[in-house]
Amino acid sequence: MSIQDIIQIILFITLLIAFTPILGNYMSNVFTGSRHFMQPVFGWSERLIYKFAGINSNEETNWKFYTFGLLLFNLTGFVFVFLIQIFQQYLPFNPSHLANVSWHSAFNTSVSFVTNTNWQGYAGETTLSYFVQMVGLTVQNFVSAATGIAVILAVIRGISRKTTDKLGNFWTDLTRSVLYVLLPLSIIFAIILVGQGVVQNFNSYETVQTLQGAEQTIPMGPAASQIAIKQLGTNGGGFFNTNSSHPFENPTPFSNFLEMLFILLIPAALTYTYGKMVGSVRQGWTIFLVMMILFVSGLSISLYSEYSANPIFGDLQLMEGKETRFGITNSVLWSTSTSAASNGSVNAMHDCLSPFAGMVAMVNIMLGEIIFGGVGAGLYGMVVFIIITVFIAGLMVGRTPEYLGKKIEAFEVQMAIIAILAPGFVILVFSAWASVSSAGLSSLNNAGPHGFSEILYAFSSAAGNNGSAFAGLNANTLFYNLTLGFGMLIGRFGIIVPVLAIAGNMAKKKITPVSLGTFRTDNWLFAGLLIAVILIVGGLTFFPAISLGPIIEHLLMKNGITF
Amino acid sequence: MSTKQNTNSLFNKKILIQAAKDSVFKLNPVMLIKNPVIFIVAIGSLLTTVVVISDIVNNSFSSFNFQIAIWLWFTVLFANFSEAIPEGRAKALTESLRNNRTQTTASKVEWSQEVSVYATELKKGDTVVCESGDIIPSDGEVIEGIASVDESAITGESAPVIRESGGDRSAVTGGTKVISDRILIQITSEPGNTFIDRMIALVEGAKRQKTPNEIALSILLSGLSIIFLLAVVTLPAFFGYSLSASGLPMSQNLTLPVLIALLVCLIPTTIGGLLSAIGISGMDRLLQRNVMATDFIPAEGVKNEELADAAQLSSLSDETPEGRSIVILAKEKFNIRGREVHQLNATFIPFTAQTRMSGVDFKTADGKLHQIRKGASEAIRTFVQTNNGFYPQKIQDIVSDLARQGATPLVVAEDNRVLGVIHLKDIVKGGIKQRFAELRKMGIKTVMITGDNSLTAAAIAAEAGVDDFMAEATPEDKLRRIREEQANGHLVGMIGDGTNDAPALAQADIGIAMNSGTQAAREAGNMVDLDSNPTKLIEVVEVGKQLLMTRGSLTTFSIANDVAKYFAIMPAIAISLYSGGSGVGPLSALNIMNLGSPQSAILSAVIFNALIIILLVPLALKGVRYRPVSANNALIRNLLIFGVGGLIAPFAGIKLIDVLINL
Repeated sequence: MSIQDIIQIILFITLLIAFTPILGNYMSNVFTGSRHFMQPVFGWSERLIYKFAGINSNEETNWKFYTFGLLLFNLTGFVFVFLIQIFQQYLPFNPSHLANVSWHSAFNTSVSFVTNTNWQGYAGETTLSYFVQMVGLTVQNFVSAATGIAVILAVIRGISRKTTDKLGNFWTDLTRSVLYVLLPLSIIFAIILVGQGVVQNFNSYETVQTLQGAEQTIPMGPAASQIAIKQLGTNGGGFFNTNSSHPFENPTPFSNFLEMLFILLIPAALTYTYGKMVGSVRQGWTIFLVMMILFVSGLSISLYSEYSANPIFGDLQLMEGKETRFGITNSVLWSTSTSAASNGSVNAMHDCLSPFAGMVAMVNIMLGEIIFGGVGAGLYGMVVFIIITVFIAGLMVGRTPEYLGKKIEAFEVQMAIIAILAPGFVILVFSAWASVSSAGLSSLNNAGPHGFSEILYAFSSAAGNNGSAFAGLNANTLFYNLTLGFGMLIGRFGIIVPVLAIAGNMAKKKITPVSLGTFRTDNWLFAGLLIAVILIVGGLTFFPAISLGPIIEHLLMKNGITF
Repeated sequence: MSTKQNTNSLFNKKILIQAAKDSVFKLNPVMLIKNPVIFIVAIGSLLTTVVVISDIVNNSFSSFNFQIAIWLWFTVLFANFSEAIPEGRAKALTESLRNNRTQTTASKVEWSQEVSVYATELKKGDTVVCESGDIIPSDGEVIEGIASVDESAITGESAPVIRESGGDRSAVTGGTKVISDRILIQITSEPGNTFIDRMIALVEGAKRQKTPNEIALSILLSGLSIIFLLAVVTLPAFFGYSLSASGLPMSQNLTLPVLIALLVCLIPTTIGGLLSAIGISGMDRLLQRNVMATDFIPAEGVKNEELADAAQLSSLSDETPEGRSIVILAKEKFNIRGREVHQLNATFIPFTAQTRMSGVDFKTADGKLHQIRKGASEAIRTFVQTNNGFYPQKIQDIVSDLARQGATPLVVAEDNRVLGVIHLKDIVKGGIKQRFAELRKMGIKTVMITGDNSLTAAAIAAEAGVDDFMAEATPEDKLRRIREEQANGHLVGMIGDGTNDAPALAQADIGIAMNSGTQAAREAGNMVDLDSNPTKLIEVVEVGKQLLMTRGSLTTFSIANDVAKYFAIMPAIAISLYSGGSGVGPLSALNIMNLGSPQSAILSAVIFNALIIILLVPLALKGVRYRPVSANNALIRNLLIFGVGGLIAPFAGIKLIDVLINL
């Protein structure tokens, strides 16, 4: 590692810390209905949307209505994206005359974008028309991220309110997230990206002659606008198949740095918003601290693994599959960020990471996508772990467990367990199914433990709504389209529904005032305990599976065997 | 000292033998299913046993499978055993109460005639007459007369209390005894629902309801079990893939016993097995009185050692805290060792509410029978005088003096000679001021509510060190204050004894009524403080906190244990994978404990998992020690002991067992 690499990582983390309170404070203003500077700019369209859709923005609902609205909205989105894919050849903006998409691929893709996963079983430029990309996918990039924010807002209200059953208005939360947070940031970001050379046009693909004299088709399209939101909304679905390793998606070191930063920007800032809205900024920073410690640990392991000598090739840093333009550090920083944040965009092929760096990416996802995590999703996933931690810690100090004055009782524990079980179920059971069925095994690109890692990674990615892939797996088959599709649904709504139920139940409770016997949740001790619970629960669940994949592979590599 | 006492009673042979029997009876699936974690282990044991039997039938007996099956069964039995011990102790406690109740007869007043009926036939609203020497047949209210009543059968307190009609001291409890005078009692409880009935039900655990925290913890444990179940049932698929990738035959896939062994090691059996023991022991602990012997005061002409020797002898089989503390005091002060009662050819005379004494009868070498008794001064006086002895006035003075200090005097006599007095003292941690300070440290605010005028109330409040007081309070004021506190999110505990406290007791989250209080107050509260001690709240809170801490700590311990078990079992089952024919594959690098063989590794983990339950029984019964320190300090302490300890201990334990197996 060179000194520049280290400076870049420090700069990256510093900027992330610096932006957190700025954006976090702004979002808190937006969501509490306070005045903020974007109101004059987009306020008219907010009012117009409410008027048009017949929404009374002041009317609040209980958790069941809130959940119902959320599910209905996502179902509508799914049906719409599904339909425009299977009929894309009859729809406009299809200059390259791409054919209709198969039903199972369309199912997989629409689930994928509705659930903020952006797993792509298809190659973007050869499968989907500009119309589907823009009207279907880009729209979902916005609203799926906004859905995540709406859930965490409901959780915040559940914690900070007392003896009420009102959790807010889903439609208002959704509209404000899109209008005042995602849209303005995306516009700024897209303009910067275009300035760096990312394409943004409606041209048909161009055919050029290469230096060797061969013919090559160069895909075009409105890439910058989709890339901006794919990073910001922790979506990750690339405009082109090779995602951000494509020069039209990620042309310069500066665009690379920004794209990495923008993956973590909103999830990190939401911790501050959370702290502000529950009435203690320290609580937010404690969560930020926990996420940052886990992030830096994973990054360190990956960097160490990539930079240490590979016993087969001697001292070389292996560049195969890495982002060759920007170097190993940028490949690893990206892989760690994208897997930590449930983003899923890539600039290097995770298949080609060293076993331990690949394992870090996989573990980041398996832990439940809570290391910053998806927009909103990471934070509410973290709240689930906080509930478990507070419960165990509360028992250990001999006090009925409470978090921010709310008692943690059987119902909360039960829902938290369901939320932890849902993705674990998908990862373990579906991977097991794939590794014994011929339909699952026939898609493998690599042999041995690496092939197993590919399967495990795919289902982890689906369950964690991450969307990145180990890329060695041919996932556009009936089997994988369906299993991964259902995996994404369970991984998304199997957490959202219990979390909203927790929020609804908490809102009904009284707030216990702080006393000497209250167990604090905003200090280093709690942060350490939370990390331990996350690692132990995650580790105990997945240790056998991981040891048969990346760990064996790493040990074999030490002995000079690769796959 | 308290540690010592508990250990003594824990290894009481009778209870242990009974518990061992009960742990087999508890294999009944209907009882097992109440504890999901242990139920899973039982199913696993059954399946493994089926595998062993089919091995035998197919002539391919595997001693490894057999040993796994044996240890799995032991895991279930150990868990049952841990539950049976506190149940046995509680049962012994209620036995005498029950005898008392069923054999009592009462004089019921019907049409101004007195009819003799069984106590169990009395209904609410009946009127009975009790005279000196009668056992009060059921709970009721004195409607006529005044009497002194001995409530030692339920409170353990030997000093009689006054009960009279009208006022705040009218309630009487079934099973207590009228010592003097005659009272008319109106029965206030239906048969089967009297105080003693409820106490028996409570102690025996039949009606013991799970607390909300216990339910939440059971859910967490079940959830963890499901996670581990998923991790284990998917393993053969992952393993099968790895086998074919290493070119090994599918017949080498994981066998059922190995999978079950892994599952049982991972699911939280330690806390699962000990969970109900913790809860039952909490009830048990609340009923125990915190008294201990602090001094021996000999009568004139008696040597200190002689008194201590006799006192110890009479207490050897006495399992009450008083009895145990006497044995220990004698040993500490005069180095008199405890002896086995049956070796002395002695019979132990247990305490009864009628005799109000306990002691031993033994024969010396010359064949002469000696009787040693200890008990309340009145009882001993009768005992000595029946034996034509003399009860000195000096002793009576010491007794009165001790009683005035708030201590409990026990008089010791041998045959017709009074030997002296044992000074029993309640273990009250400091004065009342200190106790309120303790409450403050726990985060509990104390408010004194009184009908006195403000000036008097302020003086008393300052004296006692309460945080706040409310003077000239009416019942409505009390109720309003409690509602206000509750509206602010506080949990309110209320202690009271008067009829005018009843509404507030009912409104409070925890209402503790004094045993000496009115029937109305006792019915309104959630619990009755038998000792009528206002600072009882501290004990209730402490025992409650101890229960939570014990559960939390053992859960942490149980989960932390799994790390070591993975490191024992994973390399053992995956040793052949990718070995390229050598038989020792790369995952053997995870065998950081350097365990002897794959089979001994798995077996060691299973054995450790079973033994740890038994080893932790004393802790579960005694509870994790509570100290009034800040939540953070308590957490750090328990995390270091049970979290870090839970990570390290099994590494050492499994390694040790593995070494022993491979000897």
